[in-house]
Amino acid sequence: MTRILRISLVALLTLAASPAPAADAISDNVVKIGVLSDMTGFYSDLAGAGSVLAVKMAVDDFGGKVGGKPIEVISADHQNKADIASNTARKWFDENQVDIAVDMVNSGTAMAVMPVAAEKKRITLLSGPATTAITGEKCTAYNIHYTYNNWSLANGTGREVVKAGGDSWFFITADYVFGKSLEEDTAAVVKASGGKVLGSVRHPQSTADFSSYLLQAQASGAKVIGMANAGADTINTIKQAKEFGVTPKQTLAGLLVFISDVNSLGLDIAKGMYLTTAFYWDLDDQTRAWSKRFQNHPDNKKKAMPTMVQAGLYSAVTHYLNAVKAVGTDAADPVIAKMKATPVNDFFSRGGVIGPDGLHRHDRVLAQVKAPADSKYPRDYYKIVKKIPAAEAFPSVEAQKCPLVVKK
Amino acid sequence: MRALFGQLLVGLINGSFYALLSLGLAIIFGLLNVVNFSHGALYMTGAFVAWMGLQSLGVPYWGALLLSPIAVGLLGVVIERTMLRRLYQLDHLYGLLLTFGLTLIIEGLFHHQYGNSGNSYPVPELLQGGSDLGFMFLPRYRAWVVVVSVAVCLASWFVFERTRLGSYLRAGTENPRLLQAFGVNVPRMLTLTYGFGVALAGFAGVMAAPIYQVSPAMGSNLIIVVFAVVVIGGMGSIFGSIVTGLGLGLVEGLTKYLYPPAASTVVFIIMAVVLLVRPAGLFGRQK
Repeated sequence: MTRILRISLVALLTLAASPAPAADAISDNVVKIGVLSDMTGFYSDLAGAGSVLAVKMAVDDFGGKVGGKPIEVISADHQNKADIASNTARKWFDENQVDIAVDMVNSGTAMAVMPVAAEKKRITLLSGPATTAITGEKCTAYNIHYTYNNWSLANGTGREVVKAGGDSWFFITADYVFGKSLEEDTAAVVKASGGKVLGSVRHPQSTADFSSYLLQAQASGAKVIGMANAGADTINTIKQAKEFGVTPKQTLAGLLVFISDVNSLGLDIAKGMYLTTAFYWDLDDQTRAWSKRFQNHPDNKKKAMPTMVQAGLYSAVTHYLNAVKAVGTDAADPVIAKMKATPVNDFFSRGGVIGPDGLHRHDRVLAQVKAPADSKYPRDYYKIVKKIPAAEAFPSVEAQKCPLVVKK
Repeated sequence: MRALFGQLLVGLINGSFYALLSLGLAIIFGLLNVVNFSHGALYMTGAFVAWMGLQSLGVPYWGALLLSPIAVGLLGVVIERTMLRRLYQLDHLYGLLLTFGLTLIIEGLFHHQYGNSGNSYPVPELLQGGSDLGFMFLPRYRAWVVVVSVAVCLASWFVFERTRLGSYLRAGTENPRLLQAFGVNVPRMLTLTYGFGVALAGFAGVMAAPIYQVSPAMGSNLIIVVFAVVVIGGMGSIFGSIVTGLGLGLVEGLTKYLYPPAASTVVFIIMAVVLLVRPAGLFGRQK
């Protein structure tokens, strides 16, 4: 009796496990997108729930189905911890039929997930992290880095601010890998553009009081103070710079500033600051239309405007779904080849191209924060100084030295 | 040399926050024997009450300076009455765990409601601007923080050490049972002491609101340093916590001048040394 049971069970399992007739169809009859982000920590306002919303909007706009199969979105909090990120991704790929993991704000988590995904032949689509090495020495064949990287932050702001006359710099730098590499990259660009670096000071991450660092920046007499830090650290630096009379005598250059930061500071404090961004809601009709939809979505309880991370994620996921539709399968190899072969053309990226190293090269803009008097309507925050074309905004494929590409 | 003066002054400003917060902790520990880990969260609550008052009711800074500590103090009374009081018979550790848990809950609630980027609280008009001291630009608001903090600390010290009420409170730490026998309502005294201690945290929160972003994490950034201050000063020593708070602010300022990367650890190095040499802290008494 048990023998019969066992045999029928085995037969049943074999039947269930046998591949669908068309070898190229959608695996597990579902395209599953896993959003792995910081839901509660430092980056939760600029990515987090807004990232999940952006992905859901992309799926809804696509019609909820691709190749006749439903698209499902799940999400998890990586808590800014590399081990949690890689364990979650492993579980997603092994047990939950997740086809693609997206966002991964915080470079540490992204670089922990990328090798796992490559091993399992699943795609990672990164919007939040910044480290340049993601598509450089650490590149993988199944990864796309979509929105920005340190190189683009350093080059955009560094070169353009020097050109605008800000030729002497002092850096206030977060004392960890991200901050240091951002300072180094920017300092190199400043010098190459004919500027001088007068000094720098390092502060621990999550510092509340920046007054002593600002006094040093003030004493240096530099025209520009480069902030090689992020999130709450940047916010407190800007706020206290105004308090101590550093601005407007000296100009702040935010190397990584999000619209959520400017929103929480208020224009009176942030005015005059230079920054580069991959996306601003008020660039043109297309960006306005999409951003208003994002802002007024019922899931967006705080009515926040999308950050570049969230807007990039919408664009990236749409690009992915288009590729799946075009090749008729969700298998990683043909999909990623299709994504790299097809230029992106939407509200976020005009003719952006994904290189063999996985870096999405697209236009960026240099912006300056408006003074309250120049802000005509709610969230009218930036004056666009100039557009930075993709070729200047991102490093070339050769410069990235991705081993996958170099070997060829 | 000019830079050194600047850094020392900035250190003094930070030190006055340390003093204000560690004073509340010392009072609570001295009387209740509770290591109040929720102090940072209540400091943050104080700042948020001020911000919410301004946003929704238009309560100005000066009103918040009074209302916010009262609100936080009342919250403290509720916490003491409903939860903390059940733990007095047990080891310190239980009070610590309870208040730590409360911290996580309070911060979680604010985070859920307001996100993590924080909100700006404007500097009151009267205190905007500043003056050039020759060696640095001193914002008027920062000068105000130092003056008020020191005044509040000295007033609290005076009440505890020099008045009849203070003598009851100190008697309560020595022998609560005997004090009760003299007809003093000790449980009520403990409730009010806890309320006052956390009200000081709320007060510090309002003072901090115009300087830092009002964000759910603002308390947890500060509380670890403040605990180190209390340990160095001597657990429960009111005078010790005030002097140590200001002193460590200065030491931090000095470190920022001499070797900035060590600024965040210097307090803990001092703590380790003090614990090795004088385990009861600089001003604490050996029990």
